Amino acid sequence: MSDTPLRIPLRPLARILEARAKGENPDAIERENLRLRHEEMRDRARVRAEGRILVLGAVFTLAFLTIGVKMWMVAESEPAEPRTSFAGAGIVAQRGDIVDRQGRVLATNLDTFALYAHPHQMVEPHRAASELAAIFPDLDEERLIKDFTGSRRFVWIRRKISPEQRQAVHDIGEPGLLFGPREMRLYPNGAIAAHVLGGAGYGEEGVAAAEIKGTAGVERAFDDYLTDPANGGRPLQLSLDLTVQAAAEEVLYGGMRLMNAKGATSILMDARTGEIISLVSLPDFDPNDRPNPPTEGHPDDSPLFNRAVQGVYELGSTLKIFAAAQALDLGIVGPETMVDIRGPIRWGRHTIKDFHWYGKELSVADIIIKSSNIGTARLAEGIGIPLQKQFLADLGLFEPTPVELSEAPSGAPLIQKQWSELTTMTVSFGHGMSISPLHLAAAYATIANDGKRVRPTLLRQSGPQDGPQVMSASAARQSQRLLRRVVTEGTASFANIDFYSISGKTGTADKPKPTGGYYKDKTISTFASMFPAHDPQYVLIVTLDEAVETSGDEPRRTAGWTAVPVAAEMITRIGPLLGLRPEIAPVPLADITLTSN
Amino acid sequence: MKPLLYLLSFAFLIGLGFWAYEENYQTKQIVNEAEQMQSQIAQARARLGVLRAEWAYLNRPDRLRELAELNFDTLALLPITPDQFGRMDQIEYPVVSEPKVELNDPVDVSTLSMTEATE
Repeated sequence: MSDTPLRIPLRPLARILEARAKGENPDAIERENLRLRHEEMRDRARVRAEGRILVLGAVFTLAFLTIGVKMWMVAESEPAEPRTSFAGAGIVAQRGDIVDRQGRVLATNLDTFALYAHPHQMVEPHRAASELAAIFPDLDEERLIKDFTGSRRFVWIRRKISPEQRQAVHDIGEPGLLFGPREMRLYPNGAIAAHVLGGAGYGEEGVAAAEIKGTAGVERAFDDYLTDPANGGRPLQLSLDLTVQAAAEEVLYGGMRLMNAKGATSILMDARTGEIISLVSLPDFDPNDRPNPPTEGHPDDSPLFNRAVQGVYELGSTLKIFAAAQALDLGIVGPETMVDIRGPIRWGRHTIKDFHWYGKELSVADIIIKSSNIGTARLAEGIGIPLQKQFLADLGLFEPTPVELSEAPSGAPLIQKQWSELTTMTVSFGHGMSISPLHLAAAYATIANDGKRVRPTLLRQSGPQDGPQVMSASAARQSQRLLRRVVTEGTASFANIDFYSISGKTGTADKPKPTGGYYKDKTISTFASMFPAHDPQYVLIVTLDEAVETSGDEPRRTAGWTAVPVAAEMITRIGPLLGLRPEIAPVPLADITLTSN
Repeated sequence: MKPLLYLLSFAFLIGLGFWAYEENYQTKQIVNEAEQMQSQIAQARARLGVLRAEWAYLNRPDRLRELAELNFDTLALLPITPDQFGRMDQIEYPVVSEPKVELNDPVDVSTLSMTEATE
């Protein structure tokens, strides 16, 4: 290095010689030089260390100064909300809207006011009480006077009031009557789709605001989604179609009155996507003014009871097609295989009988068409217990439906714990196992969807579900053809209408008595159908509770006379609304198979 | 030279002061406007919500059905039925007559192609 000072030698020869000449110790010179060299090194190190300490000190001083200044600014400045932001416009409503599949409003919010009183600020409590009682006829004047003149300092009077009522209360001119802003949930369509929407009420309540909480239906199931500010007021889009729903309710109500039924339910489902397009349960209610849950009587009789989801019934012969479909799928039988149906079958103290005498043997197709209990029981016997249970579980009949309603878990199927061979036989024709109409709709949709499992949903879907294959596509198509023949040749002849080709299966089950045994004159009649028959797109389930048709000499309770005409009328009515072109199914060709020579 | 420099920088400082003052008040003005605009947006949204709710209420199927029944004499509206579907070729479109074209100098195309062929 060039800038290093010249290194002074420790023993310079000139001085050594001089010292020797003078007789001094030359080692002293070496020690002297070494000392000078060490002092120089020490001075250099000190300067460097001092510089470092200075820089470090400056950095720390600056850092603490910055923190101190910031703290002082925070402590001294006036607190203020940021006035310029883009986020302010994003918050729209406390709770998101609910819309149908075409974006029509099913539930929305409306600004309104709540009325409360501060009795200690009141000038004329007695006059205020009497005027309030005049505005709101359901308020009790005595009760108000007691509240206003007592020791209470805060009284809620009304949760929601209309603008006219608010003006009338203003006109009283009482300073102790005050208003708090509220949002209220409005269902503009009234009772339409009441069981799906459920209803909403107030949760936490304060003077300035109140939280809206869903009490039932999708309002409760999607409470978190609807109140999540991250959604920015995006509406919840359901799979329901308002027009179809209204038409289905009208037809079903007419059918229920005509057939003297005490309740009815219908489910229309898209067989590919599992979307529920209409779900009706009658009697219904107005979700704007949801009645209180019943405290007495049977819960099934309350209008709040959702028969389609919560009503688990023995749905009778509609389940027969599952035994036939599985037998066809396993290859045990073909559609024309003859089955011995001599009966009755005795099992312990139970006997299995047919409605009519159908002869000694029937083909599998005729068992379904004529609805033979014995024949279906024989098919189930051939399938065996484990396979049958597995098949029914694959169809989703052993667990509550996965539909997005808060009532869905309460619609769990009733299944016998001891699954004997007798159970296998009775379940095959729909007795000894209770499921909801929605279970049935999903299972029929699986057949209509060429054997791919369909899960019912109330949310708008973008494409078909790709469920697991429950049965082979050919078995499913054979079952569809059997169901078509039930309409053309069998028990559901009323569904053989001009415009649409329907396939389906009837089911009539006696209602169980609460004390055990079955009623002779109370039935649940069901028609499970799919249309258009040659390429099913929609599944429709119609169930009537205690229906009886009285136009003939004696009352008729079978589903063929009650549920089927209602379903046929409904399909005629909603087919055009679904955009279905009327057509007649192509005539199935004789069994010609393409073979190559 | 030096006093001039002092004077100029002093004038520049005063100018900066005016500019900052101006900017400050303009910003405050714009913030106020933005705030007003936001409250207007909020009001408009609330109004829109009410209008949407009213629209849905006035278009509820029950009411439309009642109105259709009340005005059956004039409107004669009935639910759509499957036999109202038709095919495109069942529609009678008005026949559009083609305009007559007058040819002034007709060209004989066949001879042209013949001459081309012979060449």
